[in-house]
Amino acid sequence: MKKAILSGNEAIARGFLEAGGKLAAAYPGTPSTEVLETLSRVEGIHAEWSVNEKVALEVAIGGSLSGVRSLACMKHVGVNVAADPLMTAAYTGVNAGLVLMAADDPGLFSSQNEQDTRHYARLGKVPCIEPSDSAEALQFVKAAFEMSETFDTPVILRTTTRISHCKSVVETGPAEAPSGRGLAKDFAKYVMLPNNAKKRHAFVEDRLLRLKEWAETSALNQIIDGDRETGFITSGISFQYVREAFPKAAVLKLGTTFPLPEKLIRTFAATVKRLAVVEELDPFLEEQIKAMGVTVHLGKNVLPLCGEFSQRLVREKIAGSALPLKEPIAGLIMRPPTFCPGCSHRGLYTVLAKLKLYVSGDIGCYTLGALPPFSALHTCICMGASISAAHGVAKGLALQGTRQKPVAVIGDSTFLHSGITGLINMVYNGGDAVVIIMNNDTTGMTGGQEHAGTGRSAKGAEAPRLDIAKLCQAIGAKRVREIDAYKIKDLEKIMKEELAEKGPSVLISNQPCVLRYRVSKKALVVERETCKGCKLCLKAGCIALSYTPEGKTGYVEIDPLLCNGCGVCDQLCTTGCMKTT
Amino acid sequence: MNVYNILISGVGGQGVLLTSKVIAEAALLQGLDVKQSEVHGMAQRGGSVLSQVRFGDKVFSPIVTEGEADMLIGFEPLETARYLHFLKDDCVVIYNTRPIGTIGVSIAAEKYPEGINDAIKARVKTVMPFDGTQLAVTAGDKRTLNLVLLGAALKFLPLKESFILDAIKNTVPKKVLEINQKAFAAGRAQGNK
Repeated sequence: MKKAILSGNEAIARGFLEAGGKLAAAYPGTPSTEVLETLSRVEGIHAEWSVNEKVALEVAIGGSLSGVRSLACMKHVGVNVAADPLMTAAYTGVNAGLVLMAADDPGLFSSQNEQDTRHYARLGKVPCIEPSDSAEALQFVKAAFEMSETFDTPVILRTTTRISHCKSVVETGPAEAPSGRGLAKDFAKYVMLPNNAKKRHAFVEDRLLRLKEWAETSALNQIIDGDRETGFITSGISFQYVREAFPKAAVLKLGTTFPLPEKLIRTFAATVKRLAVVEELDPFLEEQIKAMGVTVHLGKNVLPLCGEFSQRLVREKIAGSALPLKEPIAGLIMRPPTFCPGCSHRGLYTVLAKLKLYVSGDIGCYTLGALPPFSALHTCICMGASISAAHGVAKGLALQGTRQKPVAVIGDSTFLHSGITGLINMVYNGGDAVVIIMNNDTTGMTGGQEHAGTGRSAKGAEAPRLDIAKLCQAIGAKRVREIDAYKIKDLEKIMKEELAEKGPSVLISNQPCVLRYRVSKKALVVERETCKGCKLCLKAGCIALSYTPEGKTGYVEIDPLLCNGCGVCDQLCTTGCMKTT
Repeated sequence: MNVYNILISGVGGQGVLLTSKVIAEAALLQGLDVKQSEVHGMAQRGGSVLSQVRFGDKVFSPIVTEGEADMLIGFEPLETARYLHFLKDDCVVIYNTRPIGTIGVSIAAEKYPEGINDAIKARVKTVMPFDGTQLAVTAGDKRTLNLVLLGAALKFLPLKESFILDAIKNTVPKKVLEINQKAFAAGRAQGNK
C-alpha cells in the first residue's frame, strides 16, 4: 500500500490497472480526459484515443468479447453519442468485464449542457455506481468489473467534475494481471437478431431484479450512524457536502444509484424523523424513493435542479435559513476565457467578423469566436453539428427565397469525431456552405490530445496520419483549398471567392496549436510616436494588447510577456507602428 | 488540526495548479488528510481560474465556500479582489500586483478597475502585495510565479518548510527544478521582508 494524492480520474485509471484491466478507449472530454491520459503512459495495456465515444464504447465491447477487462471513458454528452451501442450491449452482456465511465459536469465548467447521465442507467437497465472521492473511485472501478462479470452486464461508473478533478488521498495497491478469458462466441447471446434479443430482454429484466437484491447488502452502500432528527440519503460528491454541513446526522450513502436497494432505503427512512435526499441535477434518487411510497421531506422542494452544490448551499437549503454573506467587491469586471495570444483562430474570426457572415459553430476552442470582440459565431449545439446545421440553414433560407452561403467552423478533432458525416451529407444533398476546418493538429480545448490526424497514437507512437484535404475530396467536395488563417487579407479574398461560388467549399487551415506545440515568435512592440490610437488593431481581440487614452487619441501597448508575435494585429494596423523586437 | 482552507486564484495559463499541487503534497507528507480542487477545460483559456486546497485531520468537501478561506494566494490583482468575500475575518492574502488585462480591457470595451490594491488592503487584515512577476522573471522565467508566491506564503502556512521543500522536489519537473527553487527562495525572502 502506498499513499498518494490522486484526482478521481487518476484513481479510476489506477483502479482499472488494479482490476487487471487491459483495454481502454476514450474520446477526450472535460472532465473525463485524464483517465485515458493516465493509462496512455502505462506499458502492457492497450489505451487509445478513439475517433468518437460511440467508437470508444464499441472498441471496449470488442475488448470484452475478446476476453479482457475493458473500459470506455467519456464526458456526459459523449454518452449520447455512445447511447446506441450502450442500449444493446445492455442486452448482450459481457464476456470479460465492461465498464463505461461517464463524467457529468454540474455547474457547466466546460460543457454545453448539464445533463444527468444516471438516466441512461435506467434507460438501458444497467447498473450505475457513484464514488464520492478518489479513494472510492479506485475501489469502485474494481467493484464495477466484479459486478460486470458476476451479473453479465455493462456497468456505468458515473462521476461529476468535483469527483473527476478533485484530488484526495488514495492508498494504491498492486496492479493485477489475470489471464484473459479468451474470445466468446455465442449466437444467442451476442447476435442481436430479433429472436435472440427477445430472450435477452427477458434476461435484462431478471438481471435488474437480481442486481437490486444484491445492492441491498453491497458494501458500496453505507450507513453512517448519527442523529435521526433529519436523516440523509445521498451519493457522490453530495455525500461530502452533507457530511461537512451536518457532521452529526445519520446518512445512508448510496454507492449503487441504479438499481436502488429498496429494503435498505425503507429501513433507513423508517428510523429518521425527517428524510432529506441530497443530489445534484435531477431528482433521480428522490423520484425512485418516492415511487417506493417513502416520504421525502426535503429534496428538490428546497434544493436546486441547476448548478453544482457546496457544503454552504446544503447547509442553507436544508436548514431553511441563509448564512451571512460578505459582499463581494463592487465594480469588478468579468474575465471570460479567450483565444491564447498567437492562436490562429484569431485571424479567422477577425475576417469572419469583418464580413458579417452567418457562422455555424462547433465544440472546441473556436467556440470562443462567439464572444466579443468577434461575436461571429451564431450557433453551437454539439460535436459535429456545425456542418450539418449550416447545410440546413442554407436550405431553409433558400426555401424562403434567400441565397446566403453560411459558414461552418469546425476543428480537426471534432471534424474526425462527427463532422465527416455532416460533410458527406452536405455534398450528397446539394449543399451550399463554406466549411472551414481549423486543423491545429491536436484536440485543443481538452488540453492537447492526439487523434487520427496528428500522426501519433495516444501512447505517442507513430501512427498513420489522416489527410483531411484528401478525405474531403474523396467525399466528393469539388472545392477544397488550403488557407493560412494568420494571413487575414488573403483569407478575406479567398472567403469572398468561395462565397460567390455555389455549392460546398472546404477551406482547411493547417496551423499548429500554439499552446500544445509551444509556438512562440518574437513579441511585437508599438512605436509610441507612430501610433495614432485608432484602435483598429484591437479588433484582433488579443489580451496582449491594451489601449491607454491620453491626449487627443491615446495609444496602444503590447505586453511583451503575453505577445506571441503572430502579427494579426499588425495586419489590422494602418500606420505601421508595430515593430518586431 | 482543524481544516485549513486555501484559495489560489489567477488567470488561466499562469500556473495556478502547480502551487496547489505542491501545498497538497506537503500536507500529505505532514500526515494530514487533504483535498484539492481545480478547473480544467474552457476556463484555462485565459479565463479566471480558482484552485482550492483544504487540509487537516479529516476533510470532507473539496471546495472552499464563502467565508471559509484562511488564506488567498492571488496571481493577479483583479483575480485576488474577486474572491475576497470567500475569506474569514482573520485571513491572510498574498498576491502579485502585476495586472493582466481582460479581453474586455484589451478591446477597450471595459476599463481595468482602479484602486484595487487599496480595496484589498481595506478588506484584509494581513496582506502582502508585491510584484511577483518581476521576481519570477529575475529568477529566470515568468512561469515560476507560482513558486515565488508559494515562497512568500511560507511563513503563514501551517505546514513545515521541510515538507514543502520535499513537495517541490516531488512535484516540479526535474528539468526546471533549479529555476523553480530559485524562484521559491526569492519569494521567501520577499515574505520575510
